Parts: sequence; C-alpha cells; structure tokens
Amino acid sequence: MGRYVIRRLLQMIPVFIGATLLIFLMVNVMGDPIQGLCGNKACDPATAAQLRREFGLDKPVWQQYLTYMGHVFEGNFGTAFNGQPVIDLMAAAFPVTIRLTIVAIIFEIIIGIALGVVTGLRRGRPVDTTVLLLTLVVISVPTFVTGLLIQLLLGVEWNVISPSVSPEAPFNELIVPGLVLASVSLAYVTRLTRTSIAENRRADYVRTAIAKGLPRRRVVVRHLLRNSLIPVVTFIGTDIGSLMGGAIVTERIFNIHGVGYQLYQGILRQNSQTVVGFVTVLVLVFLVANLLVDLLYAVLDPRIRYA
Amino acid sequence: MRGATHAKWAAGAVAVALTATACGGGGGGSSSGSGGANGIVSASWGDPQNPLEPANTNEVQGGKVLDMIFRGLKRYNPKTAKAENWLAQSITTKDSQNFNVTVKKGWTFSNGEKITAKSFVDAWNYGAYLKNNQVNAPFFQYIDGYDAVHPTTGQPSAKTMSGLKVTGPQTFTVRLSQKFSMWPDTLGYAAFSPLPSVFFTDHAKWLSKPIGDGPYTISSYTKGSQMKLRKWKNYPGPDKAKNGGVDLKVYTDNNTAYTDLTAGNLDLVDDIPASQLKNVKSDLNGRYLNTPAGIIQTIAFPFYNKNWNGKNSAKLRTGLSMAINRAQITKTIFENTRTPATDWTSPVLGTAGGYQHGLCGKACVYNPAEARKLIKEGGGIPGGRMTITYNADTGSHKEWVDATCNSINNVLHNNKACVGAPVGTFADFRSRITQHKMSGPFRAGWQMDYPLIQDFLQPLYYTNASSNDGKFSSPKFDKLVNQANAETDRTKAVKLFQQAEGVVRDQMAAIPLWYQNGSAGYSDRVSNVELNPFSVPVYGDIKVK
Repeated sequence: MGRYVIRRLLQMIPVFIGATLLIFLMVNVMGDPIQGLCGNKACDPATAAQLRREFGLDKPVWQQYLTYMGHVFEGNFGTAFNGQPVIDLMAAAFPVTIRLTIVAIIFEIIIGIALGVVTGLRRGRPVDTTVLLLTLVVISVPTFVTGLLIQLLLGVEWNVISPSVSPEAPFNELIVPGLVLASVSLAYVTRLTRTSIAENRRADYVRTAIAKGLPRRRVVVRHLLRNSLIPVVTFIGTDIGSLMGGAIVTERIFNIHGVGYQLYQGILRQNSQTVVGFVTVLVLVFLVANLLVDLLYAVLDPRIRYA
Repeated sequence: MRGATHAKWAAGAVAVALTATACGGGGGGSSSGSGGANGIVSASWGDPQNPLEPANTNEVQGGKVLDMIFRGLKRYNPKTAKAENWLAQSITTKDSQNFNVTVKKGWTFSNGEKITAKSFVDAWNYGAYLKNNQVNAPFFQYIDGYDAVHPTTGQPSAKTMSGLKVTGPQTFTVRLSQKFSMWPDTLGYAAFSPLPSVFFTDHAKWLSKPIGDGPYTISSYTKGSQMKLRKWKNYPGPDKAKNGGVDLKVYTDNNTAYTDLTAGNLDLVDDIPASQLKNVKSDLNGRYLNTPAGIIQTIAFPFYNKNWNGKNSAKLRTGLSMAINRAQITKTIFENTRTPATDWTSPVLGTAGGYQHGLCGKACVYNPAEARKLIKEGGGIPGGRMTITYNADTGSHKEWVDATCNSINNVLHNNKACVGAPVGTFADFRSRITQHKMSGPFRAGWQMDYPLIQDFLQPLYYTNASSNDGKFSSPKFDKLVNQANAETDRTKAVKLFQQAEGVVRDQMAAIPLWYQNGSAGYSDRVSNVELNPFSVPVYGDIKVK
C-alpha cells in the first residue's frame, strides 16, 4: 500500500509539469497581458515596456516558465496586476470554493445515492420512471438556466433567499448555489447508482445474504450498496476537481467570489499569473482526488489490493 | 414500504436545506441601518483593475472610489461638465504656456495633513515618473521636462519634471512644453489629485487603505469583495456628503447585481445589463436613469492601407457613413441607450464646450441613394468586400456590427459586401490595431478623459497622436488644433476646434455612430441619484430615506 502511494505520487510529477507547461503556453497565446491594463486606449509605449520588463515578459517563453516554476516551488505564485499577491487571492478564493464544493458533494452523496438506491430497487415502477425522467430533464437543462431560474424564483419572487451570496460566503448561504452546482452531477450519480444496484441485486452474494435471513436493511446497505458504490465513488472523486474549477457559471450567477470568479476575471484581464497559479492548484487538487478515489476502492472492495 | 421511507428522507433533506437557506436569506438583507443623513447607500462595484493610485486608475470602477475620496484643483460640475475651481484659488496665465497656481488655504487630507503646493507637485512627479508604472503618466505629457522622467525608450534621466516649481507654501508654477490654453480645465481628472506624504513614506499601508481629501474616507477595504466608505465629518469643501456613507460591493456579474437590486438587497446599480434594458422601467417602477455620458462610438479606418486612403476614398468613407441607419440600430439594438451621433464630440460638453449638433450634416444621415452614389464614385468597396473588425469578448459588439453591416449590405443590394470580423479578446484586438494589421474598418470607442472638445479631437486625429489608431493625418487639421491650443480666448479656441472637426468631417476620418449613455437603476430607499458626465454616480448627493 505504502509503495503504491509513493509510486502514484512520483507519477504525479511529470503530469504536473506537463499540465502547467501547457497552461503556461496557452495563456501566452491568449494575447498581450499588458494591453489589458490600459483599458480602451493604446498603452503608453514607455510604461508598457517598463511593465513588461518588471513582469519578465520581455524574456523568451521557456525562460519565463522556468522562472515561474522556480518561484512556485518556493511558494511564490507571483503578483496579480492589481498589485495583490496571487497567493492572497488564493487564500480568499479557495476556502469559499471548497465550502461550495463540500455542499455540492454532500447533495450528490445524500440525494444522488438515496434516489439511486430507491430507483435501483424498484426498477420499472412509477418511482423509477419519474426519477429517471427528472434526471433527464436536469441533465439536459444547462446550469445557468437552472441557476438563474432558481435565483429568480427563490430570491426575487418568493424572497426566501438572498439572490447574491455575501463576500464571507458562509455555509447556509451556499446551500442553494451548491444544489444548483451539484444538480447535473447529482443526476448522473442517481443514474450510476441505479444501474449498479439493479445489476448487483441479482448477484449471488445478495441472494446468499437474503437466504441467510439477514434483515433487508442490512442486505441493502452493507452488501448491495457497498459493492455497487465503486463506479459512483470514481465519478464523485473526479467530480471534486471539475466542481472546483467548473463552478464559474454558478459563481457568477450567485456572486460567489471563489476560484471560478478569479479565473474568469484573470482570463478577461489577461492576467497570466492569476490564471496559471489557480490552474496549477486545480491540477494538484485533481491529482490528489484521483489518488484518494483509487485508495477508496480498496476500502469498498477488499478484493482490490495495491502493492 | 422501505423505498418510500428513503424517498421521504430525501424529500426531508431538501426541505431542511431550503428552510436553512431561508434563514440565511432573511439575515443577509440590505444594509438597512438608520435612514436620513446617516443612512448608508449600498452600490454595485467591480474589482478595480490596477492598484488604487490616482495616476494609475483609468477605468470606471477605480474611478468611482477616487471620485469619492479625492478632490483636485478643479472639479467637473456633475450636471454641466464645466471645470470649476475647487482646491485652486486661481490658475492664471499670460501666454497659454506658463501657469501660476494658487492652492486654497484651509484644506487638509483626512489624516489632518495640510494640503500645500508640494502635495500637488510631488504627486504629479510621482505620476509621471516612468519607474512608478503609472498608466496615466501620459496625462502629464504637456508639462515641460516630461521627456526626461518618461522617455519613450531607455531609462529616465531625471526624477522630477523641470516644468514644475514650488514658489511658496500654497503656490507653484507650471511651464508646459507647448501652448495649451485649455490645460487648466484638464486638472479635474483624478490623475491630478494631491497626495499626502504618507503615500510616499509608507506606500503599502496607503494602498491597503487610501487616504485622500474628498468628502468620504475609507473605513474598510477588503480587496476583491467590498469597500466601506463613510462621510468625512470635517470635509472642508462645499460638496459634503448627503448620506452617511457608501458600501461598494463587488459583483461577479452585473446581472446578479441587477437581481439583487430588484430583490431589494442593493440600492444602486450603475451598469444595467443589456438583456434587462427592455424590462428595466417596469422592474424598477421608473427608478432608472439613462443620461448621456462622454462616450462616442465610431468606425475607424486604416489610413496606412492604400485601399482606404486613395484619391477618392473620402467619398467612399462618407458613402459608408450615409449607408448606416443609426436611428434604427440605436432603437432596436440598444433600446435607445445610444443616441445617433451628429458630430465627433459628445452632448455632455454642452454647446459652450464645443458640442455642435448636426456638425456632421447630411454625411451622418441615412440616405441609401446618395450612399450608393458616393460609394460608387469613391471606387466602390475595395475588392468588393469589407469587414468591420471588433472584439467579441466584451460589450456585446457583435449585435451592432452585424446590424451595421446589414444596413450597408441592404443599401448596396449585396449581402456579401460587409461582414463583421470578430477577434477573440480585447487584448488581441488592441495588439492587432497597434501593429497596424487592419485591412479594413474597425470599431473604435472613445471615452473622454476630461470634458473638453480638445480631448475628442487631438488624441484621435492629430498626426501620430497617442490614440490615432488609424494613422489619420491632415496638415490642415493639425494646424487648426495648434492654433486652437494657442488661443487664450476660450470661445475662439472652441471655434477653431470646431473648424478642425470640419476637416474630420470632410475627410470622414472616422464614421461617428452614436453617443453612449450611462445607465443606472436604484431602489426606493434612495433618491436624488444622478450620473455625472463620466457615467459615474454622484454618490455624495444621494439621499437615503
């Protein structure tokens, strides 16, 4: 197990370097970052040249990349053009997005798996058909439509929530945005669980468990569900990464000052330091989440052994 | 019915979730504290692009704050856009090149430091010095010695401009490198604000909580999320704040800000999303402003390209101008938040300031027959096909560019004559323009820096001027501008600038499209909301019920 984890961690290094290099190159192709600073007007050439020197943008790209990576390993993600260190932006944005992601994941786990179990056990019944239809609707409607609709209904028409989240973004204000963010994944979780449960229901070990006279609850939760969760766990694990990075739409709608918002603004303002910094951290999150998922397999299914 | 139990449980979870949010929502309402003179206005904001230094802020979000916490030698009247003496006792000149400035006594910064001539001179030298990376440095370019502190290439050879001399505690002199009679009127721009000594001695501390001399002080500033400004009780000026303070809240999206306004959680949104313009009047019960701002949108031409700068090209350009149905486009696409342009300035200047309705004459009036004739005489569209280049990332330019092209195509009975050419990002668009890679017309917009006719003409059409993107050049225009700048009599100077504008019209250096309005919506908690000519709300005048 230990050796496996070390091997996986070592494998992360080339992935990490490759991913950051790609991002760095892509951001460089995006255009001249200095131009973004000058608004609608042509930049004063002298000031632009001075800024370029200061940010090291006059050097060749490979040299910029090496300097940047050198700084990253020292824990320095550079300075955004508005004078704030990128690390400060991260310190402000990541806790918010992590909270949002936690809310979303909890919704996925609780509602998604519960619905999946219910429908998986009663395949073909009205409950199953209704939920299937509902998930189909949720999957096919884009997040920004659900988001704006819920915001309008709950926030403006019925006044049960505030349409925008305050800068502190405490958990209770993130429940509705979290539900919106989770909605599509939630539908997938439901469908995955349903299929998995429906398949395993006819497995030998389930029949044995029933034949042993175990209570139905125990059969479902300990035997059936535990074995059916593997694909679901894979999905949720990879979803953590995409929820954190892909929350741009939800964060804009509900005024959440998180990672998605910082990324969006960084791209709009050609702020390469912000974009590369945030994406680098997201890459790390993705890699770690993937590792955790693989380790969870062993917990769920004792037959899986890592060496 | 075990399954049903599960379903009930799930439904219960949703119910609990919604109830919990309801609690959160109720608590997070508007900042309704005390009303009246101490009431706090909450307003939408965007994260300023650059650090909040006066000479480093060139966009409206940072400009909002500077407008509240700084006052300079002059201030532009929020209604008439006229430059009025504010901290200046007097600014006098005999030759339009050497100015004597006297600063009023009795003014202080909010930390108690007295404002003297030195507060201005130091601030201006800081703003102009190349190594301070101030994007507004070119505003100081008319001051003598600017080349030494801000050379076009290489390192600066001096730290201060030789044209600025402190002559007494409250007096200083300014020598310009050229005659510029209207120069004192440029001093209302935020870049010319005075700075307290703490700005230079402890820059980081100042940046985290800027100190100025305006009617508000910053009570707290969380970068990227919100700024709380409170009325400064000892503010010595006549424009004391009529409310207790302003809370500026950063919104990720102006749609969200608008939703918050309609839900009653926000008092003021100064950027109504285009998609809501149709409903805004009914949504807000008429609490909506749509007033002219100092912004004009034009189509510029690449004069470095022979196709657009031939012997008869002026006719071609004029013909294109007449082929654009401005009235229809501003009505259908912009819901009348734009006004068809009839000159190259802006109505906010007022007639005395140089705005002249109809200066463009019939060249800006939609006339298909005449347009066809002129385009034909001008040699037709080069190659039979033209593009209008624009940036697709901001400002929903696609709609109007397509409409403009449609209008031209309809006039020419050829639906392939004109097409829009989007460029992905604004930065890329700009870099193509500055590298002179345009092969056809491109969109151009101009937001004034100060309400002077000079600012609408010289930076845009003077030979090699800073924002002359199309490389337009006319000796006649340059000569008239020089004459106007040397003219000490204001009325005569304006007349000369208008003559220069006539050259722009005859050459059709750029097609004027429409004047842009500023828009804002506000809640029923506040009244007396207005936008100044820069489309920034006049926060100090807002009254809270």
